[in-house]
Amino acid sequence: MSGHDHHHHHDHEHDNHFTPIEARVRALESLMVEKGYVDPAALDVIIDTYETKVGPRNGARVVAKAWSDPAYAARLKQDATAAIAELGYTGRQGEHMVSVWNTPDEHNMVVCTLCSCYPWSVLGLPPVWYKSPPYRSRAVIDPRGVLAEFGVTLPEAKRIRVWDSTAEIRYLVIPERPAGTEGWSEERLADLVTRDAMIGTGLARQPAEVAA
Amino acid sequence: MSRPDVELALALAANTPIPRDADGPVFAEPWQAQAFALVVALQNKGVFTAQEWAEALGAEIREAVAAGGCKDGSDYYERWCEALEHLLIAKGLASHDGVDARAAAWERAAEATPHGKPILLENDPER
Repeated sequence: MSGHDHHHHHDHEHDNHFTPIEARVRALESLMVEKGYVDPAALDVIIDTYETKVGPRNGARVVAKAWSDPAYAARLKQDATAAIAELGYTGRQGEHMVSVWNTPDEHNMVVCTLCSCYPWSVLGLPPVWYKSPPYRSRAVIDPRGVLAEFGVTLPEAKRIRVWDSTAEIRYLVIPERPAGTEGWSEERLADLVTRDAMIGTGLARQPAEVAA
Repeated sequence: MSRPDVELALALAANTPIPRDADGPVFAEPWQAQAFALVVALQNKGVFTAQEWAEALGAEIREAVAAGGCKDGSDYYERWCEALEHLLIAKGLASHDGVDARAAAWERAAEATPHGKPILLENDPER
C-alpha cells in the first residue's frame, strides 16, 4: 500500500472497527486503568476464566461434523465459509474462512495480532497471549519451540505450517481425530475440540481426558 | 482454576437474570465478558460493593423494562454498561462527556488501525 492516494482516507480499506458498545466498554476500561482502579492483567485473568463461555463456539461442531461426515469434510476443504454457513453459522463481517487440516505429516498453527480478524464466533474467546507481538514473531520463527511451551511436542519429522490471518482470511485448524472415538456422536466429538486445537496451539483432547 | 467472581455472579443472579449456564455466566460477544470483568475487578478493588452494584444494575433494568425494553434479556449487557457508567459518575470517577469523548476516540482509533496491529488509543488520529 504505497500511498499515491493517501489523502483519500475512504479509499483505504478499514480493517478494524468498533461498534458503539464495544467502544464504550473500551472507554470505561481505559479510564479506570488510567485512574489506577483496574489492572489490565487482572482483567485478563478474569476474562480468561471464561474462555469457553464466550460466543457460540461453532467451530467445535464444525470439526466434529467434518470428522464424522466425509462429504461435509470435502465441502469444508473446498469452501470453508460455505460449509460453516451450512450449519447456520455466519460471520459478523462476512469473513472468509479457510480450513487447514492437520495430518500425521503436518501440523497447522494460526497466528494473529488480534485486530478484528479473530473469528470468535467460530472459535470462542481468543487467548490473552494470542495478541502479544512477541508470540506472533516467535510463532513464525520457532513454531516448534512455541508449541513445546504449550506442552505440545511434535515428532521431528512432522512439518509445521504457520498461517498468518489477513484482513480478509481467517483460518480454522482441523485437528486430527483422536484414536478410540469410533462411533462417537458429533456432540460427543465436539467436546474433544478445544479452542487451542482450532488455532493449532493444542491438539484435540483424548477420550480419557473427557471421561465423565 | 479460581473463580474470583463466582460469588458476585451468584449474588447478581439472585437479583437479576444474568445470562448463564450451569457453571455461571455466559457471554454472547467478547465485549460482554470484558464489561463483566471490569465490574468484577472494580469491585475487587473496593471501588464499589456488590450491594451497590446490584442496586445500580437492578435500577437500570427496571427502568428499561418500564420503558418497554429488556423483555427478552438480550440487552442485558447494554444495561450492564449503562449501570456501570452511571455508578462511576455518581461516585465522581467519570463524567458522561468524558466517557463519550473517550468512546469516540476508540472508534476513531479502531478505524485508523491497519490489520495486523493491535488497536491502541494512540492510533486515534485526532489525539
